[in-house]
Amino acid sequence: MIDVLVIGNGMVGYKFCEKLVNKAPEGFKITVFGEEPSPAYDRVHLSEYFAHKSVEPLLMAPRQWYEENAIELITSEMVVSINREAKSITTHKGRTFNYDKLVLATGSTPFVPPIEGSNKSGVFVYRTVEDLDAMETYSKNAKTSAVLGGGLLGLEAAKAAVDMGLEAHVIEFAPRLMPRQLDEAGSDMLQATLESMGLHIHLSKSTASIDGDEAMTSMTFTDGAALEAEMLIISCGIRPRDELANESGLEKGERGGIKIDELTLTSDCDIYAIGEVASYKGMTYGLVAPGYDMATVAVEHLTGADTKGFTGADMSTKLKLIGVDVASFGDALDEGKQYKSIVFEDKNAGIYKRVNISKDGKKLMGGILVGDASNYNMLFQMMLNDMTLPPHPEDLVMDTSRQGAAAGNTVDMLPEGAQICSCENVTKGALVQAIEGDGVEQFAALKTCTKAGTGCGACSPMVNDILTATLKKMGKKVRKVLCEHFAYTRQELFDLVKLNNIHSFDQLINDYGKGHGCETCKPAVASILASAWNGLILKQDTIQDTNDRFLANIQKGGTYSVIPRIAGGEITPEKLIVIGEVAKKYDLYAKITGGQRIDLLGARIDQLPEIWEELINAGFESGHAYGKALRTVKSCVGSSWCRYGLHDSVSFAIRIEERYKGLRAPHKIKSAVSGCRRECAEALSKDFGIIATEKGWNLYVGGNGGANPQHAVLLAGDIDEETCIAYIDRFLMFYIKTAEPLNRTATWMNKLEGGLDYLKQVVVEDSLGMGKQLEAEMQLLVEAYACEWKEVVNNPALRARFKHFVNSPEADPSLKFDKQRAQKVPVGW
Amino acid sequence: MTPKEHTSQTLTDTVNWHLAARVEDFPENGGACVYVEGKQIAVFNFSARNEWYACQNMCPHKQQMILSRGMIGSQAEEPKVACPFHKKTFSLSTGKSLNGDTCDIDTYPIRVEEGVVYIGLS
Ligand SMILES: Cc1cc2nc3c(=O)[nH]c(=O)nc-3n(C[C@H](O)[C@H](O)[C@H](O)COP(=O)(O)OP(=O)(O)OC[C@H]3O[C@@H](n4cnc5c(N)ncnc54)[C@H](O)[C@@H]3O)c2cc1C
Ligand code: SF4
Ligand code: FES
Repeated sequence: MIDVLVIGNGMVGYKFCEKLVNKAPEGFKITVFGEEPSPAYDRVHLSEYFAHKSVEPLLMAPRQWYEENAIELITSEMVVSINREAKSITTHKGRTFNYDKLVLATGSTPFVPPIEGSNKSGVFVYRTVEDLDAMETYSKNAKTSAVLGGGLLGLEAAKAAVDMGLEAHVIEFAPRLMPRQLDEAGSDMLQATLESMGLHIHLSKSTASIDGDEAMTSMTFTDGAALEAEMLIISCGIRPRDELANESGLEKGERGGIKIDELTLTSDCDIYAIGEVASYKGMTYGLVAPGYDMATVAVEHLTGADTKGFTGADMSTKLKLIGVDVASFGDALDEGKQYKSIVFEDKNAGIYKRVNISKDGKKLMGGILVGDASNYNMLFQMMLNDMTLPPHPEDLVMDTSRQGAAAGNTVDMLPEGAQICSCENVTKGALVQAIEGDGVEQFAALKTCTKAGTGCGACSPMVNDILTATLKKMGKKVRKVLCEHFAYTRQELFDLVKLNNIHSFDQLINDYGKGHGCETCKPAVASILASAWNGLILKQDTIQDTNDRFLANIQKGGTYSVIPRIAGGEITPEKLIVIGEVAKKYDLYAKITGGQRIDLLGARIDQLPEIWEELINAGFESGHAYGKALRTVKSCVGSSWCRYGLHDSVSFAIRIEERYKGLRAPHKIKSAVSGCRRECAEALSKDFGIIATEKGWNLYVGGNGGANPQHAVLLAGDIDEETCIAYIDRFLMFYIKTAEPLNRTATWMNKLEGGLDYLKQVVVEDSLGMGKQLEAEMQLLVEAYACEWKEVVNNPALRARFKHFVNSPEADPSLKFDKQRAQKVPVGW
Repeated sequence: MTPKEHTSQTLTDTVNWHLAARVEDFPENGGACVYVEGKQIAVFNFSARNEWYACQNMCPHKQQMILSRGMIGSQAEEPKVACPFHKKTFSLSTGKSLNGDTCDIDTYPIRVEEGVVYIGLS
């Protein structure tokens, strides 16, 4: 047994233990000393501690993990000296332990500049959970705060101050924010965005003193100005905790830190130093990734495995600061003025992008992204891999649509060795090997087997691109199977359900799937079953997405919105009054929707059945606004009133809405009917739209509003009402049977082989001879319709499921509302 | 009304078992929320696996009291729950965030005896 003592139970010390027990489960007896009371936690996400109020969620591993792996963890005990001769250490409690190998992972401590008054109460640093606890307690009696230091950490601390409800001032000595990462223009952009969020920023300010009696009340700057602040968070950089080196005579780096070589060994070959405390070639690293690399090297060396050694680290960073993307990579500042830069600025959107390219225009050397760092990964890879730049390097920062195309090609151009996932160190070659060699075809499976994208997740889009590109290259038609539980496409499953008369998810997964389902396949199967049989969906409520499970749309805070059906948008004054009364009685926020109906928002789950009951008593029914189902059929006023109207668009719209109401499909379906070519109902933006002509009706299909607007195209012209309905039956049924999950009709038609011509053949010319069958299937669904709200209202067992707690009649005590223009709204999240 | 304290059947020194509700209060292969000791706890009846799970009701993504209304399922062998808001998923056995982009959640020991569900709080 080799006795390994680890001093410091921080992120890197922990990582060392994890890697050592994984690599060599036997042969080492590990003892870890941590001065903090808690086992190692994720300091990078320290600010989340404010939300949890508990360190538990941040723990790298619970105490139990150390026990399970036979690691002795000693917390709240500081190591005060090393005796290299005796190969032992002593703690502040006077206990002595012997070692064969010693690992120093003592991290660093915030640097507090020698400013007069920095010992007053109200002055804090930002490093440990204890710091945060102290700060939070103190903030309860404070209104104003300042942060000394406008770097990465300082801005994070300022955000924490804002979250604690304090006015926050950031004081930076340099003339710009994040001076190590950003140039002046980038800093200006970030400053403008942060100021618009309520932060106060003071640049080029040097602090002379922190004033007040016992507690601070203000600070004075060297230019004579003063600032009132009851709290100050100091964030002026870090100092490695190398004090153990002093007395024991371990060699130190020029600028502090314990000196290590490529194998992470200190000047004593039985002692390693890793993480922020280590100094390699005079450099210390204040980021976690280089620390992890050092931990890997130390473990490899200790276990006698091959090692690449530690040869320095890249300090490129991408982060989201208070919701603003900021990234900086390579030689971002070009202080030596060796490169050409291309800059893109959009003050309106708060976007600043700069890339530095070599004078010959061929290589990317570094850059800065503020406000939009979506192409950071690609740029960073281009730089790391010395890739040749595209012919118009300005595309790198300018046109995002062209960038997409460029990025697509670049995954192909990346060399095998390109590191795609830096958290888990996965190369492009390893991903390609998993896809080509091991036959992985699914994104989730690829993540599990290579670990890529399981850390910070930033590389996920690129991993996906590589998957698609590699599969394509292999000539694979990417077969869209549902998920890990069903190796079938949606269309295949639909056929299986129909052929085998399957009515439940359990039966389908028993017969044709594996595992226990997930949030992808359950709603997809629920939709298939509903489209095949139109049974009561609440019979299998737990496979429904939340909206379908509770027959209402979930909103921020966990309340729901209620939209009764108002077919064709036609409503009597009596019914309008009922809606108003219900809204008033239950204090609901009311809004007219885009689909000619009325949305009542803010209903608690336990109120839903009561609200439905009142609406049903007044003659309403569910509007299926929550379902992947037919939503509304809008109509214009039509020939009854309009001087231009050719036919009665309202009556036809109502007829259509009554026919297809409750019809569930791969995605929501919207429709509209206009009484003439002026198209007041906007039918061309609908999944199916109808416009009156002199001779009858034109039927258009495949329109879409939303994220990718698309106009509907003419399927059949000048047809009568009956033909129109027959064609809609066929069109919808064909779509329902063959589309992939969550594809709207527009997406489905865009992918349909043979396109519109083929669709016309199937629907209008009946080339497959399925016309009558499709119509009959639709008829079956129409006849099976029942109002789901009514079923719940009349069924005590179903009704009982609508409450927040099963063991208490109370409503969710965490619900909170604000007021806006005299109506209630949920508090923001 | 808060649930009655079960004659605190203590297994170890630290875990106290609290009566949550009856088995039939929970849908099959789904969950519901119980209020125990001032805590909102999501309880899942994973009948397809003949297993029960309990975890915090709050989704750490947007701090919403909602996980009990989430959909359960499996990822490889791991039982999981997906939040209804943005489908972030969490392991029901360890509480780990399976998307890796939110915090983990707390899980609680759970046992079912004679049709009654108990939750262990320490
Ligand atoms: C708020 C915040 C945000 C951050 N954000 C990022 C980020 O976005 N990206 C990034 O890469 N990095 C970030 N960092 C930096 C990152 O957290 C550190 O690089 C990382 O924690 C270093 O790990 P370490 O183990 O070397 O040191 P630490 O995590 O500091 O661990 C050292 C531990 O050793 C203990 N110790 C010290 N001396 C002794 C002794 N003599 N005896 C016993 N125990 C001792 C200390 O108490 C401490 O617990 C952030 C840091 C903070 C504070
Ligand atoms: S679409 Fe034609 S019929 Fe309908 S309201 Fe407009 S102008 Fe009148
Ligand atoms: S609130 Fe749960 S996933 Fe967003």
